[in-house]
Amino acid sequence: MSTPILEVSNLSKAYGGVQAVQDVSFVLNAGELLALIGPNGAGKTTCFNMLMGQIKPDSGVIRLKGNDITGRPPQRIWRMGVGRTFQITATFTSMTVRENVQMALINHQHASRRWWKPAAATDVAHADALLGRVGMAEQGDRACSVLAYGDLKRVELAVALANDPDLLLMDEPTAGMAPKERIELMQLAADIVSERGIGVLFTEHDMDVVFAHAHRIMVLNRGCLLAEGAPKSVRANAQVREIYLGSTVRAEVE
Amino acid sequence: MGDFIVTLLTGLSSAAALFLVASGLSIIFGVTRIVNFAHGSFYMLGSYIGVTMVTALGSGGIAYWLALLIAAVAVGVIGVAMEVLLLRRVYQAPELFQLIATFGVILVIQDVTLWIWGPEDIVGPRAPGLSGAVTIFGEKLPEYDLVLIAVSPVVLIGLWLLFNRTRWGTLVRAATLDRQMVAALGVNQRWLFTGVLFLGSALAGLGGAIQLPKGGADLLMDFNIIAAAFVVVVVGGMGSIGGAFLAAMLIGLLQTFGIQIFPNSTLILMFLVMAVVLIFRPWGLLGKPESPGHGPVEAPEAPLRPANRKLRIIGSGVLAFLLMLPVAHLLLPSIIGDFTLVLVVEIMIYVLFAAALHFIMGPGGLVSFGHAAFFGGGAYAAALMVKFTDAPMEIAFWVAPIGAALLAILFGWFCVRLTGVYFAMLTLAFAQIAWAIMFQDAPASVAKALGEWFGWTAVEQITAGDDGILGIWPAEWASSRVTYYYLTVGLVVAGLLVLRRILFAPFGYTLRAGRDSPLRAAAIGIDLKQHQWIAFTISGAFAGLAGALFVYSKGSVFPTSMEIARSFDALLMVLLGGVHSLVGPIVGAATFTWLNDIFNELSYWRFLLGATIIALVLLLPNGLVSLGDTSVGRRLGLGPGREALA
Ligand SMILES: Nc1ncnc2c1ncn2[C@@H]1O[C@H](COP(=O)(O)OP(=O)(O)O)[C@@H](O)[C@H]1O
Ligand SMILES: [Mg+2]
Repeated sequence: MSTPILEVSNLSKAYGGVQAVQDVSFVLNAGELLALIGPNGAGKTTCFNMLMGQIKPDSGVIRLKGNDITGRPPQRIWRMGVGRTFQITATFTSMTVRENVQMALINHQHASRRWWKPAAATDVAHADALLGRVGMAEQGDRACSVLAYGDLKRVELAVALANDPDLLLMDEPTAGMAPKERIELMQLAADIVSERGIGVLFTEHDMDVVFAHAHRIMVLNRGCLLAEGAPKSVRANAQVREIYLGSTVRAEVE
Repeated sequence: MGDFIVTLLTGLSSAAALFLVASGLSIIFGVTRIVNFAHGSFYMLGSYIGVTMVTALGSGGIAYWLALLIAAVAVGVIGVAMEVLLLRRVYQAPELFQLIATFGVILVIQDVTLWIWGPEDIVGPRAPGLSGAVTIFGEKLPEYDLVLIAVSPVVLIGLWLLFNRTRWGTLVRAATLDRQMVAALGVNQRWLFTGVLFLGSALAGLGGAIQLPKGGADLLMDFNIIAAAFVVVVVGGMGSIGGAFLAAMLIGLLQTFGIQIFPNSTLILMFLVMAVVLIFRPWGLLGKPESPGHGPVEAPEAPLRPANRKLRIIGSGVLAFLLMLPVAHLLLPSIIGDFTLVLVVEIMIYVLFAAALHFIMGPGGLVSFGHAAFFGGGAYAAALMVKFTDAPMEIAFWVAPIGAALLAILFGWFCVRLTGVYFAMLTLAFAQIAWAIMFQDAPASVAKALGEWFGWTAVEQITAGDDGILGIWPAEWASSRVTYYYLTVGLVVAGLLVLRRILFAPFGYTLRAGRDSPLRAAAIGIDLKQHQWIAFTISGAFAGLAGALFVYSKGSVFPTSMEIARSFDALLMVLLGGVHSLVGPIVGAATFTWLNDIFNELSYWRFLLGATIIALVLLLPNGLVSLGDTSVGRRLGLGPGREALA
């Protein structure tokens, strides 16, 4: 078997007394759509932040295509082929939708220090193609600051795809979208996975979306991996039903 | 021994006023995120009102302390008036825009104080029953110093109780940590801000009143304390009262001992300490990293668009006017005199300086409080080159931006690791250090020491301190007023176009990307600090070019070209014009220089300038370029300003 895209061993991170992530290990292979689910505060975002270098883990090792990337800064991890979307969208608000994508393309070509040719004229076709892919072709000229939240999420996905990543990390990519849009967006992710053979790790609160698309599911609770496996087996896992689904039910009651 | 102890106690007593002022400043910043430059003016008002009250109430024991208290409350009320009438209206404006509002307040208060109390320094009243001295190890220490030494810890404890034992204090602490949270709690944020302004200003007023028996009252107190107060707040950590206490004691002692050890260096010791602290502790001694998303929510900047037809027409018109002006001068010398050309040259120089500052401040999102270091650095680089090598002007015009860029590379390496107010204060510290090096002619001292060591005969003077470097005149071909005018216009316009070009290119976009979202920037591979460092250097180089134009237009350069006031002028120009527009700094610099020139002749010009600034802040919170967004501007057909004038 070839080297997995992502190999995580014994990852841990504590904030003060709170063990946000504890001893998490897993593997993600090329062509796989892996879901990380768990109640709010389970540690999903903290996991993502460690995977892409936004925060340093207390302990554990992260391997990308066999290379140890633990503790490297996000810029370098991105260069090695990792794209990411954020739970709370992070875009350049003083730029148009197209310019947001162009920025990623410009950096992909190491062209961020060019100082003469206008940025708005570079890679227009490529940027528009990426925007078309996520259904934002019409909105390229709009300012990012005026977009609806669901559209911002789409822009982020287009940006994350700009460096042709081998690994795509999506933290709640469908938050703020209508149910129909959610299904479409995850279908898009699934298409990209099968076309390009990349690996995708995503978190998601909508269980319909998760069970419809994920090849494999991991369940995180209070920082610990509780269960991991095919959707069917996770659905059947009594512990998961009790702790994870139970807490959702409680959350909904509250 | 006795000598040491008495110096120590004197240092601690001189720290009292500093702590009171700085703690007020820190509280105001912590909650409102307003950089209140008028805080020094509140300190000065505390002194003057204190004198008046002591005189009015008579010199009985209780009456004296009551007078100080009344002065503090009165200043607190003045602070509230500033908040309600002025600051409250500009909370939504770009970050630091309130800064120019408070700058206007400084100018107004200066002239009002002059008008009420007159220009003479006032000797402070003696504190009843405390005018004697105690003897410690054979040395005398004024009794009042002991009172001052006790004041700081008492106030510190009082503030601690207020913030930890009362509901209001708990809210203030919560607001300092996270303002959104307080808003979510449904607390009336306005009253919280007003209350904080009262407390902070009253502390400054008390500081001014309580030091009366030692320092009296004079019209320079505001500027003399404000820099030190900011240093204390930043060294301690913005928003931390304990930090302010620690830092005030540190700076107080440093200044007292510093005078004894290095008599010439007190101006600079404080800034050296701040630079060292910020390099090793980027958030001050007891401060915490600023949480992202803290502070007033600004409207997002509009996307950058190439100049539209309207802007092209205005731009061509201005350029044609500039090119035709000397022709008009030659034809009608009685109407358009030498003086007009000199004024336009000065305006153009400041336009380039302001545009250079805007480059790092607007698109870069890094506000520099010390950009005069590069303006003056360029001027000195050119002047020194001419003085020591007789270099021709053409060479000096290259040496200036390169010299300024090298300085920016050095300062920038430390500064770009910081953000926000800490970045601003570190640039200020470096600028002050550069200023002191020129002012005290440190290079000559170094040369002399080296000379003695190696047995050379060293030059007597290098920068010549306060005397400046004289006799730097343009080359023969550029020596006429009209030629130098065209040279200036040409270089400034070229500089503006290059800066603009860079901002439209990937480099400028990358800078803005890092300002908009550092998180996203890193996640698409941008090494933000490196880009900011390069941008800081470019900005420094263009400021240096402006400095070269300046030195040749005046024929001389003095340390004043690097002083704080020069840095702040540039800051005011950018903010006044509109930081979110590429045209803003140009409009701001032209307006500010021109206004300065008009008002300069008049008595009470500070009041007029200050009032004008305040009026502009209130009417055009997005800068002069937003004139088109107002009803007046629309009637004039200027149309939406901010977007169109990108
Ligand atoms: N910067 C931080 N400081 C302190 N605690 C944090 C921080 N970030 C996350 N946490 C804590 O870590 C835990 C996991 O949070 P997070 O990873 O955001 O969970 P999820 O994304 O699964 O909702 C939570 O208890 C949260 O309060
Ligand atoms: Mg999360």
